[in-house]
Amino acid sequence: MSAVNIDQLLTRMTGDEKHSLAAFSTLDVIRVLYERVLDVSPETVDDPRRDRFLLSKGHGPMAYYAVLCDRGFFPAAWLDGWGAFDSPLGYHPDRNLVPGVEISSGSLGHGLPLAVGTALGLRAQGIGARVVVLVGDAELDEGSNHEALEVAAALGLDALTVVVVDNRSASYAVPGRIAERFATEGWLVTTADGRDHEDLEKALSERGVGVPNAVVATVLDPSTGSGRRNEEAAA
Amino acid sequence: MTILTRDTRAQFARTTSDVLDEDLSTALVYAEISARFFGDAQRAHPDRVVNVGIREQLLVNVGAGLALTGMRPIVHTFGTFLVERAFEQVKLGFAHQGVGGVLVGVGGSFDASRSGRTHQAPGDVALMDSLPDVTIHAPGTAAETDEVIRRAVAEDGLHYVRVVEQTNRESFRGAGLHVVRRGSGATVIALGPVLDDVLEAVAGRDVTVLYAHSVRPFDAPTFRSLLATPDVVLVEPWLAGTSARCVADALVDVPHRLLALGTRRTELRHYGSPAEHQRAHGLDAAGIRRSLESFLAA
Repeated sequence: MSAVNIDQLLTRMTGDEKHSLAAFSTLDVIRVLYERVLDVSPETVDDPRRDRFLLSKGHGPMAYYAVLCDRGFFPAAWLDGWGAFDSPLGYHPDRNLVPGVEISSGSLGHGLPLAVGTALGLRAQGIGARVVVLVGDAELDEGSNHEALEVAAALGLDALTVVVVDNRSASYAVPGRIAERFATEGWLVTTADGRDHEDLEKALSERGVGVPNAVVATVLDPSTGSGRRNEEAAA
Repeated sequence: MTILTRDTRAQFARTTSDVLDEDLSTALVYAEISARFFGDAQRAHPDRVVNVGIREQLLVNVGAGLALTGMRPIVHTFGTFLVERAFEQVKLGFAHQGVGGVLVGVGGSFDASRSGRTHQAPGDVALMDSLPDVTIHAPGTAAETDEVIRRAVAEDGLHYVRVVEQTNRESFRGAGLHVVRRGSGATVIALGPVLDDVLEAVAGRDVTVLYAHSVRPFDAPTFRSLLATPDVVLVEPWLAGTSARCVADALVDVPHRLLALGTRRTELRHYGSPAEHQRAHGLDAAGIRRSLESFLAA
């Protein structure tokens, strides 16, 4: 299954057989999470004890849809005509329409604050599930993330993991700043090659005790060795 | 039953503390404001009482995140920072995700009259009213504050509770429009803590006075059933015209006239007392009477 199947599922959405899997910066992170890390399945989407994955960077959700479909959360036929009036699959995902989607996203800077609240809610109820939120490097421009990452550390939310998919799309980026910022606030920070499944699995399986953890996963375009321009990432 | 106080804000805090004791599914999220009220609650329920610091975007989405796990969050700060500053968080975190909670804003339109525009939120009800299916409460007494906080926590969906210092003398129980006076002329609808001024303004006039402290959903059936002449006066202590659409919807098949009183759009750029602001907006008894007289004479 997976790699070949996901390629076919993506083709159903793009209508383009020549696309490269490398075009989807979040694909490998999301695959590793659902295939190797998270304890959630179509059978447990409503289980209060399930692990949560929050796609904060809701732009370009094709990779997310393909992985959810590959894992059986919804039928592949849904992928045809995505974005159409009656399709449950929009250009930004809606948790009320798609089984397994934890948050409706698209506007940047909401996922991490929602994840902090989710982690607090699970802790208050004595549920030990993980909360993993994926953000983009340019998305971290939004100040709401900084409100959240300070408080997550202060409150010791060790159920919380942030994956920063860094495809170098932020304006005014400073090399190393993302990891340093999380570390400064007291997070456990690891870095990973955002294409390397072994590396990602190891990084995403690491957990802090009494502190949240951040994984900075770098994803560069293999043909150019660079990232994407911000206008593409933020549109 | 929570012990009643005279002060609406202290009442909100006391009722909220009791609700936190009684219902394990509730949580309180706040952003420094009102911290002095919640020390005991924080010690008693450290996992369910969260101060996020001066971080209002986070405040609202933490509440929404708690709701995503099935809890019933009470989310609190000044109305201006809760609804206006963090409005996209309210819109997306709660309404678009499809989860509920109880947002409690203090300050209203001019409690902070001396602080200036930065601490005044006359547009809060209109903003909340732009979202689908929001229940909006504007309690006029401490007893009504206790009642609506408890009702908002017990019900589903997204609720906004507007707690202000201005109060009415009498408390009314229950949602919907209450009949304060019956008359054969115009109908005057007082929403929230404007009732005493309305009653003083209509003294000696043959009008009906209706009152509600839960202002959305608007109680159109009661309003229609009690309408005598089709002259309607709305008095609400937030942006003028906010509830005009409710009257228009209720009377879509009835030719009618509407006078919609509330705070004016123009910035006052004055400090002073809440009473002075009320007067400047024409919302004191004399101002309401003047507007009413010229409307009914027309």
